[in-house]
Amino acid sequence: MLNILRSQSFNRFVIGSFSWLVALLVFFPIFWMILTSFKTEIDAFATPPTLFFTPTLENYTLINERSDYFHFAWNSVVTSVGSTIIGMMIAVPAAYSMAFFETKRTKSTLLWMLSTKMLPPVGVLVPIYLLFKDFALLDTKIGLVIIFTMINLPIMVWMTYTYFKEIPKEVLEAGRMDGASFLQEIFKILLPMSKGGLAATVLLSLIFSWNEAFWSLNLTASEAAPLSALVASYSSPEGLFWAKLSAVSTLACAPILIFGWACQKQLVRGLSFGAVK
Amino acid sequence: MSNLTIKNLRKSYGPVEILKGIDLEILDKEFVVFVGPSGCGKSTLLRTIAGLEEASSGNILLDEKDITKAAPAKRDLAMVFQSYALYPHMTVRENMSFALKLAKVDKAEIESKVNEAAKILKLDSLLDRKPKALSGGQRQRVAIGRSIVRKPKIFLFDEPLSNLDAALRVNMRLELSRLHQDLKATMLYVTHDQVEAMTLADKVVILNNGIIEQVGSPLELYEKPKNMFVAGFMGMPKMSFLEVTVFSSGDEGLTLEFVNGVKITLARTDLKLNKGERLTLGIRPEHISLCDTQDSDFNVTLDISEQLGSESFAYLKTDAGEALTVRVDGEQKLPAFQSRLGLVINPEKCHLFNAQSLAI
Repeated sequence: MLNILRSQSFNRFVIGSFSWLVALLVFFPIFWMILTSFKTEIDAFATPPTLFFTPTLENYTLINERSDYFHFAWNSVVTSVGSTIIGMMIAVPAAYSMAFFETKRTKSTLLWMLSTKMLPPVGVLVPIYLLFKDFALLDTKIGLVIIFTMINLPIMVWMTYTYFKEIPKEVLEAGRMDGASFLQEIFKILLPMSKGGLAATVLLSLIFSWNEAFWSLNLTASEAAPLSALVASYSSPEGLFWAKLSAVSTLACAPILIFGWACQKQLVRGLSFGAVK
Repeated sequence: MSNLTIKNLRKSYGPVEILKGIDLEILDKEFVVFVGPSGCGKSTLLRTIAGLEEASSGNILLDEKDITKAAPAKRDLAMVFQSYALYPHMTVRENMSFALKLAKVDKAEIESKVNEAAKILKLDSLLDRKPKALSGGQRQRVAIGRSIVRKPKIFLFDEPLSNLDAALRVNMRLELSRLHQDLKATMLYVTHDQVEAMTLADKVVILNNGIIEQVGSPLELYEKPKNMFVAGFMGMPKMSFLEVTVFSSGDEGLTLEFVNGVKITLARTDLKLNKGERLTLGIRPEHISLCDTQDSDFNVTLDISEQLGSESFAYLKTDAGEALTVRVDGEQKLPAFQSRLGLVINPEKCHLFNAQSLAI
C-alpha cells in the first residue's frame, strides 16, 4: 500500500517536473526577447550572453523616435478584427449548412477546405501579388483583410462546424416549432448555445491574423503595414540591431499576449469543448 | 376546432419510400397514437405533419386549410421530442415563454400563461433553474409545458416517454392522460410501446412498412384485428398462431384440424370453406387454459415460464414445434420445465386468418 502511494507521488513528481520543463522551454524565447530589449546593443551582442546588466530604456525611446508605433498597431487591429468579423460572417452560415443539412459531399468539402492550408503560401505568392496589383489592393488594409480572411477561413469553418455538430438537431427543430424564423433560430438558439466554441474561434482567428507575417511583408510597404512588418523593418544586414529588434518585437507581441492571457479561460474551454464529451 | 386530414401522403428519401400513401382523418379533441415496429414510418409521419420533413406528395389539411407546404412555425402545432430538446441556455421560465415572446405576446400575459402551465405540471418551484439542473422527468414536464403555454391546435409527441425509467414512465403516462382530459386538446402521439398505445389512445393507428395496417379504438384493434400483423402486434405477450386445415364447414359450424390431428369446432356458420383449405388460427394467451394430459387431446410441452406475481405466462411447444403462450393465474403453481400438459382452447375467442394473412 505504502509502496503504491510512494510510486504514485513519484510519478506525479516526474510528470510535474516534465511539464514545468516544457513550459519553461516554450517561454524561454519570450523571456530572452524581453530581457534583450532592455540591454544596450553591446550587451545584447556579447558572447557569452550577460545575464546581469544595467537595464536601459534607450531602445524603446529610439523606436518611438524612429517609427510611429501606433500607426502599425492600428493597422494590426483593423486587419485582424476586420478579417475575423468577415470570416465569422462566412464561417457561421457555411458551418450551419454543413452541420445540419449534411449531404454526402460535406465531409470531402471540409477536407478540401482544410487541404488549402497544406499548400505553402509562397506557391501562390506571384498570382496573388499580381491580382493585388491589378485590383490596386497592394499596401491597403482592405487587401490584408481579404487575404487574412481567406487564410483563416478553413480553420474557422472547421472549428465552427465541430461546435455546431455537438448541438442536437432537435433543439433547433423545437425552435422552429416554437415559431422561430431562420434568423431567430440562428441568433436566439444556435449562437448562444455554441458561444464558448465561437469565442475560441474568434480568439484564434485574431491571434493568427495578428501574428501573420508572410503576406503582411509581401503585400504591404508602409501605409497598411501591420506590426509584423514593423518588426521586420528593424532587422538589417549589418550593424548591431538585436536589442532594438527585441524591443520592437516585445511591443508587437505585447497586445496579443495580454489579450490572449486575459481570454485564456475562454480559449482553453473552447478548444477542449467536445474533447471530454 | 382542429381537424386534421391526411390525403395520400408519401415521403421518400431518394429511392427509399418511407411513407407509401397515408390516408387518415383525425378529429377534434382526439388522442391518436401512431404505433408500429421501428422503421415503420411513424416518426416520419409525425415529423411530416409537423413540417420538419417535407412531404414528397399528398396533402395535409388542418381545418380544411392546406398546410402541406407551410413552414413548421406557421402550422400552429407544438411538438414534444424524445430527447426533450430544451434550450440549455435558458431557464425553465425562458424555455416555456420562448414561443410566446417570438409571437410578441404581452409580457403580463406570458407571465400568467407560464405560471398557469407551471402549476398544472408542478414546475412552480423550478422556474428559475436551467435544464441541466433538472431530472429526466422534470425535463420532460418542461418540454410539455413549453408546448401547452402556446395553446396549439394539435400537440405532437414523438416517443416522449422512452428516455424515462419504468416507474416514471407509468407516472407520466397517467399525467398525460389527465392532461388530455384537462386541456381537451387534439394530441398525436408516436410510440413503439403498445401498452402506451392501449392506455392513452382514443384511436390507434398501426403502421407497418410505411402503410396504415388498421385504425380503430384500442379494444377494437385488440378484439377485431384485420390481419395477422395487427393481431400479433397488439397484446402482450403476443397472440399465438397455429396452422390449421378445414375439416368441415357448414350450418353446424366450422371444424378445423390442427397439425397434431386434434379438431376444434367454431360457431362460424358464416364461412363456407373447402375441406383441406389451410388457415392460421390465432388465440390470445388469456383464452387458453392448461389441464392434465388426460383431460385434453391437445398435448404440449412446457418450454419456459415467467411469473409476474399477479399472473404467469407459460411458453409452450406443440409436438409439431409451434410456439404457444398461455396466461395463468398468479396463484396457480406451474409445473416443472419440459413437463407434458393438456390444453383447452376457447373456441369463441379464436381468430382466423387466410393465406393472405387477412382476418376472415
